[in-house]
Amino acid sequence: MSPNATLASKGISIERWTKASRVALGSMAAVLALLMFAPAVLGAGAIDRMTALFIYVILAAMWNALAGFGGLVSVGQQVFFGLGAYFTIRLADAGLNPFVALFAAAIVTGALSIPLSLFMLRLKGGEFAIGMWVIAELAHLLVNLDRLIQGETGTSLISLNVYDGNTRRATIYWLALTAMAALLGALFILMRSRAGAAMQAIRDNEEAATSVGVRVIATKRLLFVLAAFGIAVAGGLWLATATTFQPKTYFSVQWTAYMIFMVLVGGIGKFEGAILGAILFFVIETVFGSAGVWYLIGLGATALIFSLYLPRGLWGEIERRFDFQLLPVGYRLKLPGPHKIKWEE
Amino acid sequence: MINTLLQGILLGGYYAVIACGLSFMFSVMRIINLAHGSLAVAAAYGLWLLAAKAGIPPFAGLLIVLPIMAAAGWLLQRFILERSARGGTLLPILTTFGLSIVIDNLLFEQFGADTRSLAPFIGNLSYASWQLPGHIFVGKLAVMMMVTAVVVLGALQFFLSRFALGRAIRATAEDPDTAGLVGIDARRVNAVATAITMVTVGIAGAFLGMRATFSPYAGGPQLLFAFEAAVIGGAGSLWGTLAGGIVLGLAQSLGAQLHPQGFLIGGHAVFLLVLFVRLSRFGMPVLDKLAASLRTRLRSPT
Repeated sequence: MSPNATLASKGISIERWTKASRVALGSMAAVLALLMFAPAVLGAGAIDRMTALFIYVILAAMWNALAGFGGLVSVGQQVFFGLGAYFTIRLADAGLNPFVALFAAAIVTGALSIPLSLFMLRLKGGEFAIGMWVIAELAHLLVNLDRLIQGETGTSLISLNVYDGNTRRATIYWLALTAMAALLGALFILMRSRAGAAMQAIRDNEEAATSVGVRVIATKRLLFVLAAFGIAVAGGLWLATATTFQPKTYFSVQWTAYMIFMVLVGGIGKFEGAILGAILFFVIETVFGSAGVWYLIGLGATALIFSLYLPRGLWGEIERRFDFQLLPVGYRLKLPGPHKIKWEE
Repeated sequence: MINTLLQGILLGGYYAVIACGLSFMFSVMRIINLAHGSLAVAAAYGLWLLAAKAGIPPFAGLLIVLPIMAAAGWLLQRFILERSARGGTLLPILTTFGLSIVIDNLLFEQFGADTRSLAPFIGNLSYASWQLPGHIFVGKLAVMMMVTAVVVLGALQFFLSRFALGRAIRATAEDPDTAGLVGIDARRVNAVATAITMVTVGIAGAFLGMRATFSPYAGGPQLLFAFEAAVIGGAGSLWGTLAGGIVLGLAQSLGAQLHPQGFLIGGHAVFLLVLFVRLSRFGMPVLDKLAASLRTRLRSPT
């Protein structure tokens, strides 16, 4: 008798999809399709804000991939955001179409993250977190040395000027939407694959994972490079919307603070959590962003309180209380009798 | 050139003071406190407040600020670190990072973006120097920082090897569960260790304010310097931290000679170089190794 049949005879079954999750995936695809038409309906301001939201979702999902699924908390992810923007400027200056440059820059940044991962991934916990911050600072200083950037003065993505305002806005919007959908899709598929199971095993217990034959470093590197690439795309997109590149802004640790906030509040290690966190962050920023420094104090305090008292985040609590998953990346064990469901993540 | 080298070495005293708290806390509790630098800056602001508003000179101000820092350390451990450490290794990083954002921005809210310095309140100490043969000048403050670093590190070492509480800290660092079996209260020991750490952070904050200017967001760089010094010096005991601080100070001073931006680049570059060499040759996480050798050294005090 196969293991599954043995389980079935006891009334136990393993599921990867639920009805809710099928509906969720379908409606997400529908929402994404509908969003394609937004530039025809919404005004310029709304489109710009939507673009910002998509960029936040990318940032949250990528940081969550690294920390939530890979167990690698980095405080230096702004390095990839800054490099994505910097290489976009550089490649556009070399004559590449700015929109093409944006993705080429992300590929360059992703490629750079491979040698970086060779020794950064050997660091653990806080060492990795601060080590990445040092990398970000160093990258910032080196970018400042580039003549084209003129130190902290920065420069602009002038080649965008050939497009008129509306075309530019709509193009960036579509690019951001496509990038978000593609990155979320890639992450979802990756997390449900064999590599995804390996990653979550590493996060939960690295020694145990090693002992059952998981290739720890290779698996972590996959996540590290994906996160680097995704965040670089976000950096390039942000540059496209803002046009000016000031190293101080792009290499600011604040970006990582935003990512941590979004993921902690939404639910670290939950696929839906990062998306929910990004939407919440977007709303909070829209409402309280003008409060300046108190807004930042609020973000820091919220992150602190969530990490102490609600480490599962909002989505984690929703999932626990209502036994509810929309985009499951784990396995679901169904037991007979009351309290019959256990999620294995 | 000799002058540059000497300044670099003396600068290492400051880095050793700020780094020893970071590595001490890591070796005892396995926590890297990301708010370490922000707390040092907060201490500097405390001293500045006492000096500028109440007319209490910084050295006298330390008598007020250091006990406050120790108390803050106790509270930090009881209310934040203890709870977050229960949640595994990721949570303390996130918690202390959130804390650093809160501290930085509260300082900004309170004091604005202006840079401050304690230099005006310490007479001519900030620029006074001794002249050595060959037109070499050594700053009195820089020498004082180096002497303090040696005293702080020596006192810490002495405390850990000669006092019952120090031995309890070592035992807890070694194995908290077994230490608990022989009647050591790990909670109390960790709170004491955090309080001690915060006293060193307070001293570092004082030096930060005396030797240069500081601003609300200066905490991040201070954390990085402390971390770099701890990692570079990783091979040894607490004295390794001193060596790490000196190497970092030297790299920065030499970098500054080469290029206007070279000060920071030089420090980061040496840090990465050390990291790269150590990781590729021994394949072992640096601070773990530091902690391991620290504990070995502490077990048999020489």
